[in-house]
Amino acid sequence: MVNLAQAWAEAYAQVDPVVSVEVSGGGSGTGIAALINGTVDIANCSRQVEAQEIEKARENTGKEPREYMVGYDALAVYVHKSNPVEEITLDQLAEIYAEGGKISRWSQLGASMPGEADEIIRISRQSNSGTYYYFRESVLGNRRDFKLGSRDMHGSKDVVELVSKTPGAIGYSGMGYAIPEVKVLRVARKKGEKAYAPTVENTLNHTYPIARPLLMYTLGEPSGPVKKYLDWILSEAGQKIVTESGYVPLPKAGAQR
Amino acid sequence: MRTATVSPPKRRRWQASAESAAELLIRICGISAIVFVFGIFFFVFREGASFLFGGFNAHEFFLSPEWYPTSQSHVRYGVLALIAGTGSVTALAMLIAVPFGIGAAVFISEFCGPRLRESLKITVELLAAIPSVVWGFIGLTVMNPLIMEMFGAPIGLNVLNGGIILALMSVPIIVSIGEDALKAVPDSYREAALALGVTRWQLVYRVLLPAAKSGLLAAVLLGVGRAVGETMAVLMATGHAVQIPASLMDSVRTLTATIAAELGEAPVKSDHYQVLFIIGLLLFSITFVVNLTADLIVRGIRNK
Repeated sequence: MVNLAQAWAEAYAQVDPVVSVEVSGGGSGTGIAALINGTVDIANCSRQVEAQEIEKARENTGKEPREYMVGYDALAVYVHKSNPVEEITLDQLAEIYAEGGKISRWSQLGASMPGEADEIIRISRQSNSGTYYYFRESVLGNRRDFKLGSRDMHGSKDVVELVSKTPGAIGYSGMGYAIPEVKVLRVARKKGEKAYAPTVENTLNHTYPIARPLLMYTLGEPSGPVKKYLDWILSEAGQKIVTESGYVPLPKAGAQR
Repeated sequence: MRTATVSPPKRRRWQASAESAAELLIRICGISAIVFVFGIFFFVFREGASFLFGGFNAHEFFLSPEWYPTSQSHVRYGVLALIAGTGSVTALAMLIAVPFGIGAAVFISEFCGPRLRESLKITVELLAAIPSVVWGFIGLTVMNPLIMEMFGAPIGLNVLNGGIILALMSVPIIVSIGEDALKAVPDSYREAALALGVTRWQLVYRVLLPAAKSGLLAAVLLGVGRAVGETMAVLMATGHAVQIPASLMDSVRTLTATIAAELGEAPVKSDHYQVLFIIGLLLFSITFVVNLTADLIVRGIRNK
């Protein structure tokens, strides 16, 4: 999420040159720790703060943390339009993508593909993109690495485009990048469970497994420049940057929880 | 009278200083090439130096195909697969480009009429002027479906695609420098050979090619340099997959493409960032060795 926070901070320098927004990264844990210690105005994180962390922050600072949802990170799994597969589980995705994974042919998923297209062509991202990190974290588990030999594209859009041209391909990318020439798979958490399509609703109600909200926390009711900044982030201009950074913006109404 | 006697030496002095200033300027231009080459080498080396001398595992770097620069559990910086990628694509490109390029150079210089020659030369130069990203685009949108259809490959972004694109990019260089080399063979050689009753094929094979050997070799090696260093086109056409290719239909990733794809997002001064600069040094060394061998071979031929 740090690239998004950075993009906001940079764009905000044009909106209000007097206020300087300093961003530092290190993962969601870093942000929450700083929130508990009261050393930051806003903590960004892509997981919900736990109840005991809220309690700790209240004890430490005497203020109530307030949560703002500012966007979504949701990855869709794409295959070629001609592919008969409709849904997939997280385990199957891990077996396809992870180092040591055992699935390399579509027939192993029960799909019959014509001739040479039976080989699964894995399409991935370059190894330092946020999408790559998030897919690894949520599908492979953080201790596992990707299988070598995947085609590593340099952009979310390139992944979807290559999938649209390659019958045996599978790829992951932000759900906003879907085009009519590809099929978006429904994803189930486990075998036997219901699979869900990556839609805004399924992201909102946590049924789609490869999605997470992007959150910002403040201590107490924000005021002054911090409030102005948050308002700007939730405004159309701020949400436009969410899209530009490859994330999913909030639905038009009901931005705040 | 007085002005006439005074002005000539004055003017000569001005001319003399202009002369030496021009000489100095040309000298600086000449030396600047050396300064730039060493400057670039120095800065690339400096960026990678602290990792090169601490924590750098040369054994893993050269012998492991596992490139996991951002792994959470076990970071590995093996570039064997990337070297194999660059090597395979370059070798295929040269296999295609050398016969075509030399053949075209012989035809343009020896066999075709003056009007055809001019139009051919202009076309070849036009080929050289196509930006590499456009070549990559052709690889991605034209060659990719074509290869999938013709060879039944599961994906058209592979060694074959990258090799053909690189060959097309190297041919113009080989043609224009090769043609110059053939043109540089004195006409007296041709006249003497024809007077002895050789056929045109014998003339080319027995007289012109041996006489223009060093120039033709330089043409080929410049083509190799172009192929090794090319980035954008191979990034788009080879599929960008870290693996040692087993056939022409396998996707690969080259050293240059890795730097281009990852440098932008590697945190400055991190190990990953420094390893990318070490790859830069490796590329620098490869081109240096290629050029040096070319130079030595050309010298050897000349001294014979």
